[in-house]
Amino acid sequence: MELLFSSCLGVMIACGVYLMLRARTFPFVLGLTLLGYAVNMFLFVSGRLKTNLPAVISPERTQYADPLPQALVLTAIVIGFAMVAFVVVLALRASGELGTDHVDGHKESKS
Amino acid sequence: MNHLIVAPLLLPLLMGAIIVLAVNRGIALHRTLGLVSSAAVALITGLLLYQAMTGPIQMYVLGDWSPPFGIIMVLDRLSAMMIFITSLLAFLCLLYAVKGTDEQGKNFHALFQFQLLGINGAFLTGDIFNLFVFFEVMLLSSYGLVLHGGGARRTKAGMHYVMLNLVGSSVFLIGVGILYGLLGSLNMADMAVRLATAPADNAALLQAGGLILFGVFALKAALLPLYFWLPNAYGFTSAPVAALFAVMTKVGVYVILRVYTLIFGEYGGVAANVLVPWLLPVALVTLVAGSIGVVASRDLRRTIAYMVVVSVGTLLAVIGTFSSDAIAAAIVYLPHTTFMTAAMFLVADMIRQQRLDAGAALIPDRPVGQERLLGLLFLGAAVAIGGLPPLSGFTAKVMMLMGVQTHAAAPWIWSLVLIGGLLGLIALGRAGSVIFWKTIPLDDSGVGAFTKDPHADIPRYGIGYALPALILLAISPLLVLFGGPLSDFGYAVAAQVGQPIHYIEAVLGTDAVAALLSAGGH
Repeated sequence: MELLFSSCLGVMIACGVYLMLRARTFPFVLGLTLLGYAVNMFLFVSGRLKTNLPAVISPERTQYADPLPQALVLTAIVIGFAMVAFVVVLALRASGELGTDHVDGHKESKS
Repeated sequence: MNHLIVAPLLLPLLMGAIIVLAVNRGIALHRTLGLVSSAAVALITGLLLYQAMTGPIQMYVLGDWSPPFGIIMVLDRLSAMMIFITSLLAFLCLLYAVKGTDEQGKNFHALFQFQLLGINGAFLTGDIFNLFVFFEVMLLSSYGLVLHGGGARRTKAGMHYVMLNLVGSSVFLIGVGILYGLLGSLNMADMAVRLATAPADNAALLQAGGLILFGVFALKAALLPLYFWLPNAYGFTSAPVAALFAVMTKVGVYVILRVYTLIFGEYGGVAANVLVPWLLPVALVTLVAGSIGVVASRDLRRTIAYMVVVSVGTLLAVIGTFSSDAIAAAIVYLPHTTFMTAAMFLVADMIRQQRLDAGAALIPDRPVGQERLLGLLFLGAAVAIGGLPPLSGFTAKVMMLMGVQTHAAAPWIWSLVLIGGLLGLIALGRAGSVIFWKTIPLDDSGVGAFTKDPHADIPRYGIGYALPALILLAISPLLVLFGGPLSDFGYAVAAQVGQPIHYIEAVLGTDAVAALLSAGGH
């Protein structure tokens, strides 16, 4: 499971970084979303990958799932959501004011 | 428990929320609420600073969850000084903003209060994930403030600022995730204790986590190669916002000083002193790049923005020696550079509004409307910021150079700080002579003679308009006059920062300190 999980994260981060380096606002937003997912999953496993364990400490169980990363991920998701909403609005405004969706304001791409 | 410690957070939060609710009730109400709140926060932080100077390290336990389980706010001398600088600066910037800047958007005052909340929170928190949250509060309001007023240049610069910081936030979470996964705690004092006993197997990951966090803090502090967003973002935003942002890069400096002395300091076990080989060279290269930017800029506001980069490079180069004398000197330099850069941003804006065509660009134009007032303000700010006697830049720089002289890299620091200062003086001298001396005669506009006074339509400044800049500039001679107490305070701060034991004892008690010391500390 560790191998599957870490390769998923790796692919997501690679795709996110690639999209962000496209230097256009819409791919950037998609890339940021992917990177955000990957980071949230990464935070989630900082409490280790385990299944079928209680999140509440009880004397009968020696092992339990760490509830703290879940709280952290929740916070990170909420903040990330707000940030994506903000950057989408900003991208719309930038394309209106600069007349292009390139992050440096170049009018036409060289491709 | 001293409830005053959360007041610098709760008051702006509450007032910001009230201003949001009263968004359509007119700007006069917003101004009153904003100014009252900022003045109150400035007074409260002044009181907290006095308490921190004379008393022990205080802790505020939110929700009464005893550390390390809950979120805590910690007030030591360093954080008390930072929140006082922030709140005083915010009040003065707001005093300037109410002269017209705030009318360009409805939510300026609400964003300003949330900005104050975010910065103060980042300085006070004792929990690394809470630090992330306050960073986000600070950044989200700064995104709004950077874009305040609109315009294509501002939008473009703002977009770079927003995107870079969003990536920075993701990287911050990766660093925090690594450290939590290995240490099992987010309380900074508890992390320090756990790091001291961390097994050597995890050394590489722990060091990587520490340095990933440094990357994020370097982005906030604008260290090379992560400063390219700063000159445009600071140069093209509105003046009171740029002046307030003079303290935003210092958040990065503060966090670097805090995290790498407390967690990754000398008791850091397998990751002890992880930043020591990196900070000094990176800061010196930043200093060089910033100095080149200062002389290369063709716009007064961008020149000042590059001076922010230079000041960060100087501060972190001095802090990068990690000696007690040097940190004390950096503490003396920090208020000086923050207040003087802010004053310069305000003066540059006053000059820009009175130049008919050129604005802040460094090209000849007809003379400004109030040459004496603006000339004297510019001279005062330039002397202070350039580090000439008798103002505070000189004394602070002398103290910093003396503080690092026993370090092996002292020749590098001395020469680069002094050359950087000289280049700054050249740039400011050139800017002043272009703006005030190399003027085009009033009747020679290139489009024919004027039928009326060309200055009739531009604003003329009364004493109220110049007051924030005057107060900021007046701080400089005060820093010199009270140089003795200030440097004593600098040494007191350096003593606390250099001895993280006191911080850990205040947060976790003596048992934790015993555990830390028995883990093989010094």
